[in-house]
Amino acid sequence: MLTAVVSGFVLALLAPWLYRIARGAAGWLLSLLPAALFVYFAAFIPQIASGRTAAASLPWVPALGVNLSFYLDGLSLAFALLITGIGALIIIYAGGYLAGDAHLGRLYAFLLMFMASMLGLVLADNLITLFIFWELTGVSSYLLIGFDHQRDEARAAALQALLVTGLGGLAMLAGFVMLGIAGGSLDLTTLLGRGDAVKSHTLYPAILVLVLLGAFTKSAQFPFHFWLPGAMEAPAPVSAYLHSATMVKAGIYLLARLAPIMGGAELWQYSVTVAGAVTMLVGAAIALAQTDLKRILAFSTVSALGTLTMLIGIGTTPAIIAAMTLLLAHSFYKGALFLASGSLDHETGTREVNELGGLLRAMPVTGAATIAAALSMAGIPPLLGFISKELLYESLLHAPIIEEVLTVAGVLAGVAMAALAGVVAIKPFFGEKTETPKSAHEAPASMLLGPALLATLGLAAGLLPNALGASLVAAAAGAALGAPIEVKLSLWHGFNFVLLLSAATLAAGSAAYLMRRKIYRLGESMQRVSQWGPSRWYRSTLDGVLSIADMQTRVLQSGYMRFYLLIVIAATLGPAGYIFWSRVRPAMPQAPMDLRFYEWLVAAVILGAAIATVKSTSRLTAVATLGVVGFGIALIYILYGAPDLAKTQFAIETLTVVLFVLVLYRLPRFTKYSEKPARMRDLAVALGVGGMMTTLVLAVTAIPRESRLAGYFAEHSVATAKGRNIVNVILVDFRGLDTLGEITVLSVAAIGVFALLRLRSSQQKSDPPGDAQ
Amino acid sequence: MIIVLAFVIGGLYAAAVYMMLRRSLVKLIFGLILLGHASNLLIFTAGRLVRSRPPIVPENALVPVEPFADPVPQALILTAIVIGFGVQAFAIVLLKRAYQVVGTDDLDQLKSTDS
Repeated sequence: MLTAVVSGFVLALLAPWLYRIARGAAGWLLSLLPAALFVYFAAFIPQIASGRTAAASLPWVPALGVNLSFYLDGLSLAFALLITGIGALIIIYAGGYLAGDAHLGRLYAFLLMFMASMLGLVLADNLITLFIFWELTGVSSYLLIGFDHQRDEARAAALQALLVTGLGGLAMLAGFVMLGIAGGSLDLTTLLGRGDAVKSHTLYPAILVLVLLGAFTKSAQFPFHFWLPGAMEAPAPVSAYLHSATMVKAGIYLLARLAPIMGGAELWQYSVTVAGAVTMLVGAAIALAQTDLKRILAFSTVSALGTLTMLIGIGTTPAIIAAMTLLLAHSFYKGALFLASGSLDHETGTREVNELGGLLRAMPVTGAATIAAALSMAGIPPLLGFISKELLYESLLHAPIIEEVLTVAGVLAGVAMAALAGVVAIKPFFGEKTETPKSAHEAPASMLLGPALLATLGLAAGLLPNALGASLVAAAAGAALGAPIEVKLSLWHGFNFVLLLSAATLAAGSAAYLMRRKIYRLGESMQRVSQWGPSRWYRSTLDGVLSIADMQTRVLQSGYMRFYLLIVIAATLGPAGYIFWSRVRPAMPQAPMDLRFYEWLVAAVILGAAIATVKSTSRLTAVATLGVVGFGIALIYILYGAPDLAKTQFAIETLTVVLFVLVLYRLPRFTKYSEKPARMRDLAVALGVGGMMTTLVLAVTAIPRESRLAGYFAEHSVATAKGRNIVNVILVDFRGLDTLGEITVLSVAAIGVFALLRLRSSQQKSDPPGDAQ
Repeated sequence: MIIVLAFVIGGLYAAAVYMMLRRSLVKLIFGLILLGHASNLLIFTAGRLVRSRPPIVPENALVPVEPFADPVPQALILTAIVIGFGVQAFAIVLLKRAYQVVGTDDLDQLKSTDS
């Protein structure tokens, strides 16, 4: 199973190279891997259907309980089959759709990378593993939406999708960590048995909100639905694959996966069901007002995702069965419709439904596939869509909460679906033939295979529901329910209320189709309202973040040296000072002051010289007083047993003074640049720092001294290093390498000084220096 | 003496910070030098003061006679003094050079990269 996931990533690396060699045949060749994986997963069906599961694990970060573990049950198997099966068709289709595109190899690579990430997501047993693959699908989706990277809209849409799903993913990660705390494990298989512990945990509401944020952003639930239509900037095969058949269903997968662990609680039931129902209606309503084929399909996908979410929220056995059936049916018909609309766009040059008409003769195969898929979408027998719609109505009627509201909402959405099916299938292919930007002709074989096969699957699964699908639906639903179940799907349930609802839905849908011009007009007037919708919230949030960043940069990066210093000092004085003050009680040493006269004198001289340096208005005075400070400190070193320091300090101090005097008259005069308020502010800050350092010294010296190092060096200085001056021994022997580093720093500084002086003399010849005062 | 030195250190830090917050580049460098002194003294004091007892092993002994001044802060400070000097020398020459090219030592006028 590990190989199955990794192979996609490996092939993704090789794809551009393979495309360079195989050119037109590359799509067919590359599709062999998803096809092989499909067969591999299909071989698991009997085993999974009989209730057994498969697992594989590889320790990754065992200390944190993170394992690269994979687990195959009915739910992941259903998704794995969709991912690999549709993946193979998509790759073949892409070869035809983007034939001759210079970056087709790159597209193949992204598609394969996405496929492998998606497989990893649905197979992951460990929550952290799941999260990582979840983010990988987000990254590959970003690359795929922005495939046409020279267009502004494509880049903006890619960024939008990445930000929305990425932020949701981060929330989800936090939820996962809490789930791990509440359940005591990060492994889904372990968590499955601890549902009650999780639900009764105090963290449960927080976990629920965070995980739902992740699932809702990924699956484009209201109010995060706006990124999905934007993502339609991607090429048709990408839209069909990611934004209809697989990636957007990752959120659905997650909900179904966690339903046995977190589901059933009232909070879950209401939030998931209501969010799903609202999304279902909003998506359907917006879809009706669209005239661009791809946008129609995009919003109807939003609606279908809402339906799936709602069903998982309801959570009864019929609802989960309906969800899994709809999952299959929707992947078949929506995949086919997206691909067919891509073919239409490709062959006619437009996606505007009002510009398309009477194309059945020119594009018979595409037309037939579209019609079959649309019938399934409308829920007309004998297609799989009909079965899923019957199951949907059935489970809504018997929902444990607000069943009347849900039933009405479900029927309304069903009406919209039927009308939309008419728009995408009848309008372009029947009626009067219209003039299109390109003269229409049938698409190449690579672009027919996908829609035709998917549409046929929808028909075949409808006709033979128990041969194709029932076992898979049963296995998937069983995993989502947490207990194995039997499923029998059939087209005919007898004359009952549900059938009546279905018939009413179709009748109303046909009426809506016929009245669509009125709906478009209504939609146009609705535009003004939707301007204030979530996509505007997204834009203002983004602008807000940017302006905060802008403001912060302007404040922090003022370009004034002293402001940088002030910020650094304030950050030290503020937070660090606060912690210091709140933890440390500086105590005056108890011992009587044992101070000699000359020590007082030295201290007074140092302080006096420092103040004189600050107050001085002449450079020479300042240099002199600065020297006094240095010599005073050297005296302290002498008094307190550090002759080496004193010697060095004397030497260095002398050198510094000499150096200053040498360049002194080339230096600018002391100038008072600052105004008085600024000086007062700086003085306050300076005194604050001084006070803090004084307190620090008092606090440090109040703690009993402990120096194991001093004892160690004293003991080994003569014995090991054969030297009597311990300070010297430390420098040249124990810490010899540090001293080497010090010498290096000095040499670099010397080279720098030399270079600066040389630079001056060489430039002086051509460019005499300005009038130095 | 520690109390007195604590105030000396505080005073040196205050003087250093005040100088570093000036707009004049020369004063900034003076501030840096004072900051170096203050830090050295801080480390020295934190290692405790032992009057007139350098950490040197007498001729006929294997270990120094207790009490002796802590050699570790001394070794650190020795390094710091020398490195500090390197930085100072470089800063002074850089200042001189910058002043020659730009004609001002007002840091507010050195904001842009174009001279």
